[in-house]
Amino acid sequence: MIHFINVFVNAFPFLMDGLVFTVELALSSIAIGFVIGIIVGISRSYGKKWSYMISTGFVEVIRGTPLLVQLFIFYFALPQIGIRLSPIIASIISFSINSGAYQAEYIRGAIQSVDTGQMKAALSIGMTKWQAITRVVMPQALIKVIPSWTNEFVYLIKYTSVAYLVGVPELMAQGEFIASRNFEFMNVFLSVAIIYLVIVLFITWGFSRIEKMVRMPGV
Amino acid sequence: MKVLQIKNLKKRYGEKEIIKGISFEMEKGETVVVIGPSGTGKSTMLMCINRLTEPDGGEIYLNENQITGSKHPEIFRQKIGMVFQEFNLFNHLTVLNNVMIGPMRVKKFSREKAESIAKENLKKVGLELQMHAYPAQLSGGQKQRVGIARALAMEPDLILFDEPTSALDPELVGEVLEVIKKLAREGMTMLIVTHEIGFAKDVADRIIFMENGEIIEEGVPSLILNNPSQERTRQFLAKFMEGR
Repeated sequence: MIHFINVFVNAFPFLMDGLVFTVELALSSIAIGFVIGIIVGISRSYGKKWSYMISTGFVEVIRGTPLLVQLFIFYFALPQIGIRLSPIIASIISFSINSGAYQAEYIRGAIQSVDTGQMKAALSIGMTKWQAITRVVMPQALIKVIPSWTNEFVYLIKYTSVAYLVGVPELMAQGEFIASRNFEFMNVFLSVAIIYLVIVLFITWGFSRIEKMVRMPGV
Repeated sequence: MKVLQIKNLKKRYGEKEIIKGISFEMEKGETVVVIGPSGTGKSTMLMCINRLTEPDGGEIYLNENQITGSKHPEIFRQKIGMVFQEFNLFNHLTVLNNVMIGPMRVKKFSREKAESIAKENLKKVGLELQMHAYPAQLSGGQKQRVGIARALAMEPDLILFDEPTSALDPELVGEVLEVIKKLAREGMTMLIVTHEIGFAKDVADRIIFMENGEIIEEGVPSLILNNPSQERTRQFLAKFMEGR
């Protein structure tokens, strides 16, 4: 145990350097993915023929292919057609797109769970369809989406670890780096796992607080 | 002046013709009640009037302006209130905000003005004390009265009621009907689909009996309810009385 603590303390500064990248990747990807998710989710729910087809195609393609393949396309394949991205940018783009597709599905599900009478009532007082969506349906859908959204955030934190395969010095990469030097594989990767766990528990707790704050009777 | 004119309204779902060419008119201040068996297109007809359901044929006019064919049905909907069987209050808003949102977001009134309109209408339906509650905290009768206040807040020329008491427990029906009667006395123009025959008798200036997507007959309540000229109306009313 004391040995583990020693390894943990020595590795800690390096792991924190990595954690900065992990958090940066996760936060920017969840945020950009949220914007993508809202647009695609609304278009999947209310879009006319073309926007529905495009957004549905997007969701199916992204969900039907592995995240790692998407990341490798952005980092290793795009340079062949002259587009060079830094490891961190390639990671953020692929994670954002990937998360956007999943968030779109969560948001679409939440929109569908809002009773159709809400839309009818909003239209009946003279709102335009857009007003009805933004003023009546989306506020309720966004409250309902919080639990699945928390899930998505948790997945994303853990999935950012694949960015280590394109050379982003995030938490997992730092662990690998330390372990390959001191050969303390067990203790180092346990330390890495503990840090992921603490972050995930913190996020889960935070969002359950937020959910309690915004939840209202009947929604 | 004719508030509402409907000429040869038609609606079909796939092969099934729900409304087979309906025509009638409503004068300002008139209360017209539509009765008839379930599934005969009464609700569909109401939804066609404000184009929540798109009609397949015919013309509808509000104050002599044509609603059908307009690119902006939302402009007409501001002038046509609707009260739903299932209330459809905005679940995420308080009672006050449910009533305010129309004047504020649709009519673009200031928050203060919208709030005073909302409070006035909540008072009219007797719910000013509940204005900070959420819909889920209200009884069915209270919810429906908020629904009526929400429609009134837009100062409509016409209110459509789609079976406003059908989803209510029997003991809550009265409070909603009272509010509607009050509006009738105040001269609101109302088109009401209901199964409450007794209420129809009290409140209606005219009753329309509909069956299978057609108007079978229409006239003053005493005539339709006591002395209908059509056999089908007679059968419906007889069945209805038995059921009670």
